[in-house]
Amino acid sequence: MSKYYLNYLDELESEAIYILREVWAQFQNPVILFSGGKDSIVVTHLAKKAFFPAKIPFPLMHVDTGHNFPETMKFRDDLIKEHGVRLIVGSVQESIDKGRVAEERGKNATRNALQITTLLDAIESNKVDCAIGGGRRDEEKARAKERFFSHRDDFGQWDPKNQRPELWNILNGKHFQGEHFRAFPISNWTEMDVWNYILRENISIPSLYFAHEREVVWRSDSWIPVSEHLKLEEGEQTYSKKIRFRTLGDITITGGIESEADTLEKIVMEVSAMKQTERGNRSDDKRSETAMEDRKRQGYF
Amino acid sequence: MEIDNNQLLRFTTAGSVDDGKSTLIGRLLYDSKSIFEDQLEAVENTSRRKGHEGVDLALFTDGLRDEREQGITIDVAYRYFTTPKRKFIIADTPGHIQYTRNMVTGASTANAALILVDARHGVIEQTKRHAFIASLLQIPHIIVCVNKMDLVDYKEEVYEKIMGQFEEFSSKLYVKDVRFLPISALKGDNVVNRSENMAWYQGAPLLHTLEHMHISSDLNKIDARFPVQTVLRPQREGFIDYRGYAGRVASGIFRPGDEVTVLPSGFNSKINSIDTYDGSLDEAYAPMSVSITLEDDIDISRGDMIVKSGNQPEALQEFDAMLCWLQSQPARPRAKYTIMHTSNEQKAMIQEVLYKIDINTYNRNEENKDLMMNDIARIKVRTTRPLMIDEYRDNRITGSFVLLDDATHETVAAGMIL
Repeated sequence: MSKYYLNYLDELESEAIYILREVWAQFQNPVILFSGGKDSIVVTHLAKKAFFPAKIPFPLMHVDTGHNFPETMKFRDDLIKEHGVRLIVGSVQESIDKGRVAEERGKNATRNALQITTLLDAIESNKVDCAIGGGRRDEEKARAKERFFSHRDDFGQWDPKNQRPELWNILNGKHFQGEHFRAFPISNWTEMDVWNYILRENISIPSLYFAHEREVVWRSDSWIPVSEHLKLEEGEQTYSKKIRFRTLGDITITGGIESEADTLEKIVMEVSAMKQTERGNRSDDKRSETAMEDRKRQGYF
Repeated sequence: MEIDNNQLLRFTTAGSVDDGKSTLIGRLLYDSKSIFEDQLEAVENTSRRKGHEGVDLALFTDGLRDEREQGITIDVAYRYFTTPKRKFIIADTPGHIQYTRNMVTGASTANAALILVDARHGVIEQTKRHAFIASLLQIPHIIVCVNKMDLVDYKEEVYEKIMGQFEEFSSKLYVKDVRFLPISALKGDNVVNRSENMAWYQGAPLLHTLEHMHISSDLNKIDARFPVQTVLRPQREGFIDYRGYAGRVASGIFRPGDEVTVLPSGFNSKINSIDTYDGSLDEAYAPMSVSITLEDDIDISRGDMIVKSGNQPEALQEFDAMLCWLQSQPARPRAKYTIMHTSNEQKAMIQEVLYKIDINTYNRNEENKDLMMNDIARIKVRTTRPLMIDEYRDNRITGSFVLLDDATHETVAAGMIL
């Protein structure tokens, strides 16, 4: 076989770098949407590689639900320092205080949907014309049709039936004032690819991804961490379990799995043997069969 | 990891509701154990609700709400699976003529195309259409899957006859590598596992074929082309004078010391270094993203192309192309559009529509030259400045372009340079 070919991780990396450079070349004021989760960490790492020896030319934008894992916040602040980039925070609490949104009530109330307003407000007030996200097409069926450059109208809405065709590697980021784009450099990566890449590149990730002892309660088929934001219901019991998280989000709804994987190697082994998708532990996606699509149409990540 | 040296293979599938395309993809995912339990459970529930017996494999590839309601695929959906041999990306597209543009989109990046033929019906219009698109977009490998063999009692004659039909009409097309496979996606014959019902078939099943297909020689390694995306000027300690041209190698091989020409200015220089975050390289080839520094200080910006001095693309302002019209609003004759070609952007005009092609019969239509959505036509393009182009047949990156409508910013057409 000829030596002139890339292995799949190198090809995915090269594609992502290409997309990040197109974002930089085509937009005035792009940001990286940073959640503290592994996907946005990988995107940040790719941005470092794409513009080396220059530094990352994008600020990081964090939509802060107020329901954070403290570990994620520390990780975020360290990363900002390391790369010398600016941090923009959109606060859901502030949106609530200002009366822009109302807190959900009831048993499975989360701040997940509220993020949409905060995100769109932050995009507008910072005049962001492209928000780079770590979304992947394998995550969820509504994301399977997402473009690399995904157009949002001036209400921040996604119109999945009227998307711009993307051919070859030509990306069309043209837009009118007030409209913006979402860019997804790791669209073609799967969860497994992300983990293999983190392992290969030795990228540091929050300790939450590694197995650790934690106080948890069993709710919606997964282990939800006990925190100041979690109201225990009657009959619910807390346990101390060795768990880790497959995805990181709002602390009140992100479920952990029981695991002994405390190194990257062990995580990769564990993920490759997984029988459930990673969003299987996210109660926000379980609300209905089209929960993700409905949120995305409104402007969700 | 054991899969470290595995390649990525992108393939496209086109098909309609009835020819079993979704079932085939579902079967590939299911038999290669790429389906998670919660996905399987969701599909089992839906299958039961719809009154299907067992698991409806087609449901694994269902995407957006509208499609689930209508039971058809209306856009390109991407699916992923990995085997110990390769990582696969499927661009799953609808097959009806009103979705030609989606098929063209899905085909534009594919290494291989799966074309499904219903064994009961043989080659039909749709087969010809899909083969035409694969040939137009220069997909290097075509695999014709003669599906639903279970419904024709797994008869070899049926398969042979369809092969003959396909070969007859496809002789008019330009395709490099065509293979045939008798399968039943529903029953699982020759998809992942070898069929026990067709002992007469000696070849490998579909997945094995996809895993072992030789694709690294499909890339153009002769014509070195490097479209510049952006210029890296770090202006920080240690890199004060650094000026790197960032881009992705479109084709060919670049090495430090190579004599290069920068287009369109025509200035010559030598490659000083090829840099990445992980260090400098001895050579760079497609599709690597790198940053190139030159020995001379030349004014280079986005849209320029670095090429080897001894092998240059043509710089043309007028050229012929095959065009697929993507938009519901028809083309306006002699109107101005923005043309995006590699990282370059110019104004362009469709100077003339020479003929349209009926993609079911391959007949030329020189009477009606109005370009409507999904039409494919040969046109003459004129641009305000020269573009550095190669023929699409030789180079899928420097031979392709899109047109944008300046009034809406929509991508309205995709072109392949002749």
